Amino acid sequence: MSNIATKKHEPLFHIVKRNAIPWWKAWIVRAISILLAVVVCSFVTILLTKQNPVLVWGAMFKGAFGTERIVWRLFRDISLLLCVSLAVTPAFKMRFWNCGAEGQVLMGCLATFATVRFLGGTVSEPLLLVISLAAALIAGAVWGLIPAVFYAFFKTNETLFTLMMNYVAKGLITLSIIYFQWENTFGSQIVSPLRIGRLPKVYNDHLVIILTVALITLFMYIYLNYTKQGYEISVVGESENTANYIGINVKNVVIRTMLISGAICGLAGFLLVSGKDGTVSPDTADGRGFTAIMVSWLAKFNPIYMIITSFLLVFFQFGSKEITRSFRLNDDFSEILTGIVIFFIIGSEFFINYQIKMRKLTKEGK
Amino acid sequence: MDNTYAIELKNISKRFGTVLANNNVNLSVKRGEIMAILGENGSGKTTLMNMISGIYYPDEGQIFVNGEEVTITSPKDAFNYSIGMIHQHFKLVDVFSATENIVLGINDGKRYKLSEARRQVLEITEKYGFDISPDKKIYEMSVSEKQTVEIIKVLYRGADILILDEPTAVLTPQEIDKLFAVLRRMRDDGKSIIIITHKMNEVLSLSDRVAVLRKGEHIATVETASTSVSELTELMVGKKISLNINRTDPHDTSDRLVVSNISSVNSEGVTVLDKVSFTARSGEILGIAGIAGSGQKELLEAIAGLQPLTEGEIKYNSPEGESFNLRKRTPEQIRELGVRLSFVPEDRLGMGLVGSMDIIDNMMLRSYKKGHSIFLNRKSPKKLAEEIVDELEVATPDVKTPVRKLSGGNVQKVLVGREIAAKPKVLMAAYPVRGLDINSSYTIYNLLNEQKDNGVAVIFVGEDLDVLLDLCDRIIVIASGKITGEVDGRHATKEEVGVMMTGNTQKEAN
Repeated sequence: MSNIATKKHEPLFHIVKRNAIPWWKAWIVRAISILLAVVVCSFVTILLTKQNPVLVWGAMFKGAFGTERIVWRLFRDISLLLCVSLAVTPAFKMRFWNCGAEGQVLMGCLATFATVRFLGGTVSEPLLLVISLAAALIAGAVWGLIPAVFYAFFKTNETLFTLMMNYVAKGLITLSIIYFQWENTFGSQIVSPLRIGRLPKVYNDHLVIILTVALITLFMYIYLNYTKQGYEISVVGESENTANYIGINVKNVVIRTMLISGAICGLAGFLLVSGKDGTVSPDTADGRGFTAIMVSWLAKFNPIYMIITSFLLVFFQFGSKEITRSFRLNDDFSEILTGIVIFFIIGSEFFINYQIKMRKLTKEGK
Repeated sequence: MDNTYAIELKNISKRFGTVLANNNVNLSVKRGEIMAILGENGSGKTTLMNMISGIYYPDEGQIFVNGEEVTITSPKDAFNYSIGMIHQHFKLVDVFSATENIVLGINDGKRYKLSEARRQVLEITEKYGFDISPDKKIYEMSVSEKQTVEIIKVLYRGADILILDEPTAVLTPQEIDKLFAVLRRMRDDGKSIIIITHKMNEVLSLSDRVAVLRKGEHIATVETASTSVSELTELMVGKKISLNINRTDPHDTSDRLVVSNISSVNSEGVTVLDKVSFTARSGEILGIAGIAGSGQKELLEAIAGLQPLTEGEIKYNSPEGESFNLRKRTPEQIRELGVRLSFVPEDRLGMGLVGSMDIIDNMMLRSYKKGHSIFLNRKSPKKLAEEIVDELEVATPDVKTPVRKLSGGNVQKVLVGREIAAKPKVLMAAYPVRGLDINSSYTIYNLLNEQKDNGVAVIFVGEDLDVLLDLCDRIIVIASGKITGEVDGRHATKEEVGVMMTGNTQKEAN
C-alpha cells in the first residue's frame, strides 16, 4: 500500500459552489470581510506610516462624523454620489455598460451654468431654476442618447463610446469657459460662483439635495421593480433573444433607458452646480461618474442597497482626507486604504458563492 | 489477481451544494467490454464520467485503474491512465485538418512531424475501419466526421478506456450503425468502452452490460443479453410505466399555416433555408425530422417573425376565414394581428424564459403589456403560475423560485404551460422533450396531443425518430435547409426517414 500512497496527489483543497446561503449568513460573511479589511488596513498603516492604527481610525471617524456641519456635508456627498449611481443603474441592469456618467453629469453642469449665465436677470428667479433644471436634464439625456443610438443601430461598443464622450464633455467645458469668457481673471480657468439661480435654502444648504435624491431613489426602486418599462429592462439585460422572442423592441428600450440614465446624470450635474459649487470646471463631477459604477455593482443594482454602498465609499473618502490632513500623509495613502476595503468587499462575494473544502487529514494516515 | 478490471469505481460520491449528484456509486468495467450507462437526465451519468476523465474531483470514494488506486485531478491525469472521453460538444479547430486537430496539444517531447502523425492516424483508421480522410478540414466535415476525429484523437493519445457521452444524439440511423460497428471492433481489440445514453434500443444492440443510475445512485448492473426494455425502464424510472402515445385520428382539419418557398441566409451569408414549403393543418401534429442544425431552428423562428427571409411567404388562415402574410412582421405585429401563435423554442432558458426571474415574472413575459397602466400587474400571472405548477405537477418550492433553479423537466413544463395558456391556434415546439425524464416527456406528448384534439395546428421538431413516428400525423424531413420529403407518420419507417435526413430526396430514396 505504501507505494500507492506515494502516488496519490490529492489536492490540498478544492473549490465547491454553494447552493443559496441564507441572507443573514451572507451579511455575516460581508461583515467579517470588512473587519478583516480594517485589520489589514491597520497593519498597512503601521508598516508604512509607523502611526498608531487606533488613532488613525479615530481620525477617520472624526473626518466623517466630527461636527454637525461635517455630518451634513457627508450626507450631501452621499446623496450626490447616490444620484449618479441611480442614474447608471437602469443601463447596467440592461447590460449596457454606461461608463459615460462622468460626461453626462458634466453636460448637466455646463447646461445649468450656461443657462443661468445667459438668462440670469431676464427672468424671475424660480423660472430661472426651472429652465436651468430642464436644460440640465436635456443636456445629460442627449449625452446618453448619442452612444445609445450608435449602439442600437450600428452595434458600436458602448463602453468605449461612453468613455470617449467623457473627454468630449470635459473639452466642451474648457472651451466654453474660454470662449464665453467666464474666467474671473483671464487665463486662470477659474470661474467665480453664481450668485443667482441657486437652489433655495431649506434649513441649510444641503437638505434640498438630500431630499431630491431620496425621491429619486424611491422613484428608481419603483421604476425598476414595478413598472412595465423596468420589466422590459430586466428582460433585455438577461437575454436579448428572449426580448426579441417576446416582441420587445430592443432598440427602443436601449434608447429610452439611456435617455433616462442620462437625464438623471444631468440632474446630478444641476444639483452640483446649483446646489453645491455654483461654478463649473472640467473637474466638477470629481470622478463620481466612475465611483458610481462601483456603488451600483456592489449593491447588485438594488437602489436601496446603494444607499449603504455609497455611504461606505463616501465615509472612506471623508475619513481618508482627515488622516491625510492630521498625520501629514501623502494623498495616495488614503487611496490605498480605500482600495484595500473595496478589495475585501468584492472578495467576500466569492466566499458567498463558493466554499473551500480542505483535504481530509484522516486519509493521509492510511 | 488476473481478473482485474480496467477501471473500477468504489463508493464514489459527489455533491453540488445540497444536490447529491452521485451517491456511493460502484462500477467496474472489464477489458474488451462495452458498458452502457443508462439513466434519465439528472441521474448523474455525466457527472460520474467527468470524475473519471478528470473534469470533476470526487468528494468521496476511490478510483482504480488496472487494479491500482489512482487520483485523477485533471484531463491530463486521465490521459496518463489511458482514459479518454468524447464529449457531446466537440472541441475542434475549424480551419485545421483532421490530423492537425488530432496532434494538437500533444507534448511528448518528440519533434513535431505532421507526416509521421498522418501515418499513425491512417494506421488507426484502417485498424478500426473509420471512414475519414486525415487531410480534410474540419469546416468541410459533417457532424459524424467531426465525432470520428474526436474518437481518433483519444485513440491517438493511447486511450484504452473510452468514454462516449451520448454519441448518437447528433447522428442519423445509418451513421449510428457505422459508429457501433467501429466500437465493436475496438472492443474486440481489448479496449474498454463506456457509453452514456438514454436510448433503450441502442443499449440493447450494442452493450455487453448495462449499469443503471437513478437519482445519483447506482441501481443495478445487468447483462444485456438477459434483460429487456421493460426491465431496464423499470430500473431507470423506479416504477412500471407504459410507453404508449395515444395517437387519435385528426378530424376537421383545415390548412392553418401555409409556408411557400421561403429562403433565408444567416449572418455569415450561408443559406439556412432553401425554398421550404409545407402546410400545417389544424387538428394535426406535423413532425419535422432532421439532423440537428439542418434549419429547424431557423424555420420555426421565421414563422415566429424572428428570422428574416429573402423570399417566399408564410400565410396564416384564421379559423374565422381571414388570411394574413406573416412574412416581414415582427413578433409584436403578428400578435397585434390577432394571430395566436405559441412557440416553445429549443433554447428554453436563453429564449423562452428568463432564468433569473421567478415563475410569476416568466408568466408575465407573454401578458405584461396588457392594459394601459404603466405598472405591472402581477396578480393574474401569479394565478396562472399557481395553476401551471398545480396542473403540470411542477416540482418547485414556490412560484417565487427563479426558474434557473428548477430541473430541466420542470423548466420545460413552465414554458409549455405558459405557451398553451395563451390558447394558441398554432403551437410550435422545438425539441420539447430534450433533457427530460421519461415521465415528463410523456406529460409533454400528452399536452401536445390534447392541443391537437382541441383543433390546434401543432408543429413538433424532434430528434428521436421512434417518437416522431409514434406521435405525428405527418412528418416532413429537412436536410441542409431543404425539405427532402414528406411521409405519413402511421406508415413510414425509420430507415425511410433516415435516408431522407442525409439529404436524399424521397424519389432517390425509393
